[in-house]
Amino acid sequence: MSQKYHYLARRLHSFTGIFPVGIFLCVHLCINSFIFKGPEAYDWAIGLLNRSPLTPYIEVCLIGIPILYHALYGVWVTYISKTNTLQYKYYRNWMFYLQRFTAIVTFLFVFWHIYVLRIARIFTGAEMDFATIAGWLSDPTIYVIYIIGYLAAIFHFCNGIWSFLISWGITIGQEAQNFVSCVCALIFIAMGVAGIAGLTLLSKAAV
Amino acid sequence: MSDVILKIRRQDGPNSSPYWEEFKVPVAPKANVISLLLEIQRSPVNAQGKPTTPVIWDCNCLEEVCGACSMVINGVARQACAAMVDSLSKPIVLQPLSKFPLVRDLMVDRTKMFENLKKIKAWIPIDGTYYMGSGPKVAPGVQDERYAISCCMTCGCCMEACPYVNSKTNYMGPTCMAQVKLFNAHPTGAMYKDERLDAIAGDGGIVDCGNAQNCERVCPKEIPLVSIIAELNRETAFRGFNRWLKGKPKSPGYESAPG
Repeated sequence: MSQKYHYLARRLHSFTGIFPVGIFLCVHLCINSFIFKGPEAYDWAIGLLNRSPLTPYIEVCLIGIPILYHALYGVWVTYISKTNTLQYKYYRNWMFYLQRFTAIVTFLFVFWHIYVLRIARIFTGAEMDFATIAGWLSDPTIYVIYIIGYLAAIFHFCNGIWSFLISWGITIGQEAQNFVSCVCALIFIAMGVAGIAGLTLLSKAAV
Repeated sequence: MSDVILKIRRQDGPNSSPYWEEFKVPVAPKANVISLLLEIQRSPVNAQGKPTTPVIWDCNCLEEVCGACSMVINGVARQACAAMVDSLSKPIVLQPLSKFPLVRDLMVDRTKMFENLKKIKAWIPIDGTYYMGSGPKVAPGVQDERYAISCCMTCGCCMEACPYVNSKTNYMGPTCMAQVKLFNAHPTGAMYKDERLDAIAGDGGIVDCGNAQNCERVCPKEIPLVSIIAELNRETAFRGFNRWLKGKPKSPGYESAPG
C-alpha cells in the first residue's frame, strides 16, 4: 500500500462500511421485513427492487464494488492486527476481537449468500420469490447458517457504527462513546430478534 | 519474611532463544517487583538451587515517573516499581515488553518511541537568533488538559497493549497521538500544527488505530488516550479535506526568491 494513500484507503474502508454497505443492509432488511405481512407482501417488496431500471447499476456501483472493497481491505486490516484478549480482558478489547471475528464470518456468509441467491440466478434464471426462499430456508442446515451469518453481520454493523463515529472524530468524549455503545447494543438486540423471527417464519412457511 | 515464586522469561541476547526460569525469593513487607529482582541480583540462584546469571532489567526513578521499568507482569504491561508484591497473584510471571527489540532478559530498547516523537515534531519551536519575547498566555482549561498529557513518560505500556502495534504495521502508537495534541494545544507549538497532523496522517499514523481502547486502560498516567485519538481523527479528517479543497498555498520558497 502506497504510503500516500494509506490514510485515504483506511478511511474509505471505514466510510464504505456505513455508506453504502450499512445503509444497503438496512434497506435489504426493511424489504425482508415484509415477510411479517404475508407472502404476497413479501413478493411485492422483493419485486420492487428487481423491477427498477436502475437495479443493475445500483447493484454494481452502490453495492458490489463497495462491499468488495470493504471486505478485501478489511481482511487485510484483520490480518495485520494482533489480538490480545486473553491478556487484556477488557470489554472493548473483546468487542474489538468480535468485530474482526464477525468480519470473517460475515465475509464468508455474504459471498456465499450473494453467489447462491444472486449470481447463480443469472445463469439458472431461477425466479426469486417467497416460495423459493422459504423452500431454501426449510433446510435446517441452511437455516442455522443463515442465523449465524445474520447475527455476525448485524453485530459487525452495530459495533461498526460505534467504531465509525470514533474513526471520524464525531463521538470524542467517553460519555458520548458510552451512549452510542448502549444505543448500538439496543439496535443489535432489536435487529437480532426481528431477524431471527423473520428467518424462522420463512423456514416454517414452506409447503 | 515469606517466599514468593517468580517465573521470568529470560533471553541472553537479542538473537538467542528465550527460556523460562523460576526463582524463589524472600519477600519483605510492602516490597515491589524491583526489590525481588534486586534480591535475585544479590544471590543469583534459581528455584532448583542452581547458580545462574542475574536477571537483567531496566529501571531508574523507582516512583513511576520515568517509564524505564515497564515490563509485562502477570500478563499486563506496567511498571515494576509500582507493582506491589502483596497485590499480585502468585506465582508472579515477568516477561519483557514484546513490542520492542529485546536487549536482554527484561530489558528492551524503546528507541522506536523517540524516533516516532521526532517524526511528529514533539517539541515547541522557541529557538531563534534573537530574543523572541515572552511566550503567549495559555488558558487554565488548556493548561489542565495539557498537564494530563504531559505526564506521559514514554513507558510503552499503551504500545504493548495495542493490537495494531506489531511487526506487521508501522503504527506509532497512542503515545504519539497524545504528544501531537499536547504540542498542538500550545500557542507556540501550534506553529507546527499542520505538519504534526500530516505526520500522523501518514505512514504508521492515526488510521492504524482499531479502537480496541486497551491503551487508555493500561496507561499508568491515566491519559485520556481514547478521546485524544478521536479528536485527532476529526482534526486529520478536516485537515485532509481542507488540503484537498483549497489546494496547496503558493509560496515562493528560497529557489525562486529574487536575488
